Amino acid sequence: MHIEIDEISKSFGATAALNPVSLAIPSGALVALLGPSGSGKTTLLRILGGLEYPTSGRVLFDGQDATGLTVQERRAGFVFQSYALFRHMTVFDNIAYGLNARPRATRPQKAEIARRVTKLLDLIQLPDIGARYPSQLSGGQRQRVALARALAIEPRMLLLDEPFGALDAKVRKELRQGLRDIHDTTGLTTVFVTHDQEEAMELADLVVVMSMGRIEQIGKPQDIRARPATPFVKDFISA
Amino acid sequence: MSDATVSRPVRFRAATEESPATRWTLIAVAVVGLGILVFAPLVTVFVMALADGVVASLESLTHKDAREAIRLTLTIAAISVPLNAIFGVAAAWFITKFDFRGKAFLITLIDLPFSVSPVVAGLCIVLMFGTNSLVGGWLVAQGYPIVFAMPGIILATMFVTFPFVARELIPVMIEQGRAEEEAALTLGAGGWRVFWTVTLPNIRWALLYGVLLCNARAMGEFGAVAVVSGKIRGQTATIPTTIEMLYQEYLSVAAFTLAAVLALLALVTLVLKTLLELRHADELAATHRH
Repeated sequence: MHIEIDEISKSFGATAALNPVSLAIPSGALVALLGPSGSGKTTLLRILGGLEYPTSGRVLFDGQDATGLTVQERRAGFVFQSYALFRHMTVFDNIAYGLNARPRATRPQKAEIARRVTKLLDLIQLPDIGARYPSQLSGGQRQRVALARALAIEPRMLLLDEPFGALDAKVRKELRQGLRDIHDTTGLTTVFVTHDQEEAMELADLVVVMSMGRIEQIGKPQDIRARPATPFVKDFISA
Repeated sequence: MSDATVSRPVRFRAATEESPATRWTLIAVAVVGLGILVFAPLVTVFVMALADGVVASLESLTHKDAREAIRLTLTIAAISVPLNAIFGVAAAWFITKFDFRGKAFLITLIDLPFSVSPVVAGLCIVLMFGTNSLVGGWLVAQGYPIVFAMPGIILATMFVTFPFVARELIPVMIEQGRAEEEAALTLGAGGWRVFWTVTLPNIRWALLYGVLLCNARAMGEFGAVAVVSGKIRGQTATIPTTIEMLYQEYLSVAAFTLAAVLALLALVTLVLKTLLELRHADELAATHRH
């Protein structure tokens, strides 16, 4: 799905988290929002997901104004920073949650839900953990379960907030490839937030560098490396 | 074996560990303190209740006033505890899941019943709803008296026990944050579904604990109830106020038997809580922390 961000701004009381920013995300792209903390990248992601409403501006999904859509109507698969798995539910129930939450008319049969959850567990290469609780999983496993849970609702886009933030270096590398693979298999427009320039450069098709609620540069990783647009970008990507 | 190297194995103490002497002294102080403050009074209640034998105690319970008092206290708890559980959950939800001005003030307000003397709380209710007040006078005229009747006792009990549930829930809910609720919303769940399937299961142990404490206090409340109820025997006298009246009349077996009933009700709730915790220990560990 093509996403268009049109002059979006957001302020919390007197402080501006986002100055008007505009950004077009082509359908099927894997985009990184890169920036230090306080740059507004997470706010922008949450606005896309419908968890936050912009102070002004519009969000367009495939050319349709989606600014007023509720979080449920957006159908965005959202992976939270610390994964936010439901701790009192098994992995199976976590992944099935979105399907069970559908209105009766569009809710799949129990057997169909089980079939889909099993398929997703295969996709994240953890076929045997359905009966476990989140507390019994490693950090990397939790991240993948969170991804499967987000994918279960057949989302129109995938939004990930620091998906690798809580993991150690080795797992991080593995899961980067995992996300790339899932993106390539599903073809979903994917936006992830990171403060790690190496991660952004290595994984994304398109990198959006942000600072202080502004977009500093949008471009392919190699272009940003070759021609940083501002001193901030130059400084940040060489760090 | 050269005797110079034979020595007792050195036992290192952890940095936070105390010397045996200090440890045993502290443990002894704690045990004696608990014995004097908690166990001795509890045992005394039962000993005094059974002073004239089991038959005499049981007989005192069959007296109409005692039966009415037990019935009234159970009714009051049955009404005020569920209401306070609902208010407590609502207040804790509001305070922890939303940002708004005056939040700190609201938290202080919830704590108010802890700091206000129950007698003062009772007096406030009498002043607001008594026969001489505007509201109270009108209600009495309509045939719904508040003071010296059940509604007043419920109001007083609810005021006094208001903080218990909210106070248990607020720290738990702050610690858990909003991420799980947000995740459920992005997965398409509506607010009501999020509450029942995510919020409530995550707080159920804290809620149960809060409800049990609230219940124990609701059944045991004396000061506020004594002021608003008028302590009319067989009508508005609860277990605690009846105990006091019996004691004043030197009916010590009857007084202590009723006190033992109250203590038993409290003990039952505690045993219930412990049993639930034991049975769900696995789940408790799984849900506590990632």
